[in-house]
Amino acid sequence: MTANENGTLVEVRGLKKYFPAGAALFGVGSDEVKAVDDISFSVRRGETFGLVGESGCGKSTTGRCILRLIEPTAGRVIFDGQDLGALGSAGLRRLRRDMQIIFQDPFSSLNPRMKVGRIIEEPLVIHRTGTKQKRRDRVVELLKLVGLEAGHAGRYPHEFSGGQRQRIGIARALALNPKFIVCDEPVSSLDVSVQAQVVNLLQDLQEQLGLTYLFISHGLSVVEHISTRVGIMYLGKLVEVARSQDIFNDAQHPYTRALLSAIPVPDPDARRKRLALAGDIPTAINPPSGCRFRTRCPLAEPRCAETEPQMVEVKPGHFVACMVVAPEGKK
Amino acid sequence: MEDNILTVKGLSVEFRMRAGVVKAASDVGFDIERGATLALVGESGSGKSITSLSIMRLVPPPGEIVSGEILFNGRDLMKLDSEEMRRLRGSEIAMIFQDPMTSLNPVYTVGDQIAEAIELHERLPRSAAWARTVEMMERVRIPDAARRAKDYPYQLSGGMRQRVMIAMALSCNPRLLIADEPTTALDVTIQAEILELMRGLKDDFDLSMLLITHDLGVVAETADRVAVMYAGRIVEQGGVRDIFHNPSHPYTEGLLRSVPRLTEEGMKRRRLDTIEGTVPSLLDLPRGCAFAPRCQYEIAECTQRDIPMITVNGGHGSRCIRADVVGDEAAKTHPERSGRAQTAGI
Repeated sequence: MTANENGTLVEVRGLKKYFPAGAALFGVGSDEVKAVDDISFSVRRGETFGLVGESGCGKSTTGRCILRLIEPTAGRVIFDGQDLGALGSAGLRRLRRDMQIIFQDPFSSLNPRMKVGRIIEEPLVIHRTGTKQKRRDRVVELLKLVGLEAGHAGRYPHEFSGGQRQRIGIARALALNPKFIVCDEPVSSLDVSVQAQVVNLLQDLQEQLGLTYLFISHGLSVVEHISTRVGIMYLGKLVEVARSQDIFNDAQHPYTRALLSAIPVPDPDARRKRLALAGDIPTAINPPSGCRFRTRCPLAEPRCAETEPQMVEVKPGHFVACMVVAPEGKK
Repeated sequence: MEDNILTVKGLSVEFRMRAGVVKAASDVGFDIERGATLALVGESGSGKSITSLSIMRLVPPPGEIVSGEILFNGRDLMKLDSEEMRRLRGSEIAMIFQDPMTSLNPVYTVGDQIAEAIELHERLPRSAAWARTVEMMERVRIPDAARRAKDYPYQLSGGMRQRVMIAMALSCNPRLLIADEPTTALDVTIQAEILELMRGLKDDFDLSMLLITHDLGVVAETADRVAVMYAGRIVEQGGVRDIFHNPSHPYTEGLLRSVPRLTEEGMKRRRLDTIEGTVPSLLDLPRGCAFAPRCQYEIAECTQRDIPMITVNGGHGSRCIRADVVGDEAAKTHPERSGRAQTAGI
């Protein structure tokens, strides 16, 4: 990791994931949920790319498609120069060591019948790494790395608090020395004070181990804090991508602006100018034509229903998909 | 007329388990002024939900209210029999919960469920109850209310379901609304709409509100007064500005500092402040202040005796013997407990 320190580690091109909607149950109809619909972005080495959006926007599906935990409908994922779609299962398994995931719910993602040491050791066993003794040593090293103690290896998950369990999940993800970790809502189910502990831990580990993160969350303030760059998703589409500070200071897309303004500010004297959105989020089964946000958008014009907006670079590194605020001619 | 719609004094709730006695709430006391909103803030297991269930006298067994007074509109609810209490619930004190899907019956239309509550409490005939149902659904701004009333809960979105719950809660004109994490399960743009709606309705219906939440942003926007709970006790209470601008309990201070903020200043801070350690078990609370083992200001006296609520000024109180120095870096005896200076591992 010297030659291209700032090169791209993960590149996502035209990624799509459609799920059948109800068809499997009755064998008729061909409705599809367009959970992720043609998104492209890249994650640079050593950075944290934040993926934000509300429930059902496709952010978790995106994370899982990148790791091939679910098979994408279309599109390519290039990891460290290798096209994951072109790899056979053996090649994919080899590459999986480099890509790990941390889940939201530390209560359901740890096997309750396994001792913590065994949980953390499991990836090493699966990938046939080291001798028994070496694996044990590695478990102890990992426990200390995430702020737990060697003695915790002999306990069961239920003996730990939510924050500690999340640390166990992190230790397991680190076992194989990955380069890239998808953090899928890793702090969303934790209490505020514990959330801060885990966010700090993730940042420290990134610094020490040179990790690259895809940080998926619906909480914009956490994402802002931890991310280098941020992508905002709405109904299966990326609507804006920019450096974290540009999303916060200079959001362009009307959805990003509404999202930012909707976050309650922990200051009773803060002046609030809320950009209210009309109505509910439509379903991804038959999403609105043209721009998917138009049904709730305060700036919508008739043409928004006709064509899908493309990503336009409004300033270096800042991309927006909106015909009204970022007309394509400006490119 | 009394100024306070609700006064809770010395409320203690215990669960007798095989493993011992869980002290879910200890000596909890607060007032809610008529027309005001009190936010009860705390992390999971702090006792905020059990406090609200105690007001409704709905503490599930083996939980038991072992002491305390709950004065609602001047009446002591602890002295009502179960029939009187049942009449009061829903009509004078209503409650909404975090997850509207589990609070609604999936096999009845939402209109039927609202109408049932109205028929029961107001003794109205079916047709009048239905008319009132549609009117209530319009007031919570459900579009096309007459048609949506015939929908089943699964046909509505999370935000619409929460509106239905609010319509149901307000259908019998309660005086006090207890809202237990009403927007926690909702997306942020929907949360903003529901909070806006609740603020409007509170004025229209002349309601007082007890809001239970862990989200300090929601508290800052909604509450007049705040009570912060930790390990079953209220550790600080005061006006919303007192709490946010002049926190006088180290736990409140730590909680406020650990929130990532969407501000320039917040983004420049590389590390978040944390409260190191974990919440103590309610089965085995430490002597003295339960927060002492995690507190940056801890001194010997903190763990030697029970700490009473100390007046900071006027209506602002803190259960901390060092309340006057909270916020002063120089007064910290354990600055390492902020997590800021620490790094992971070795």
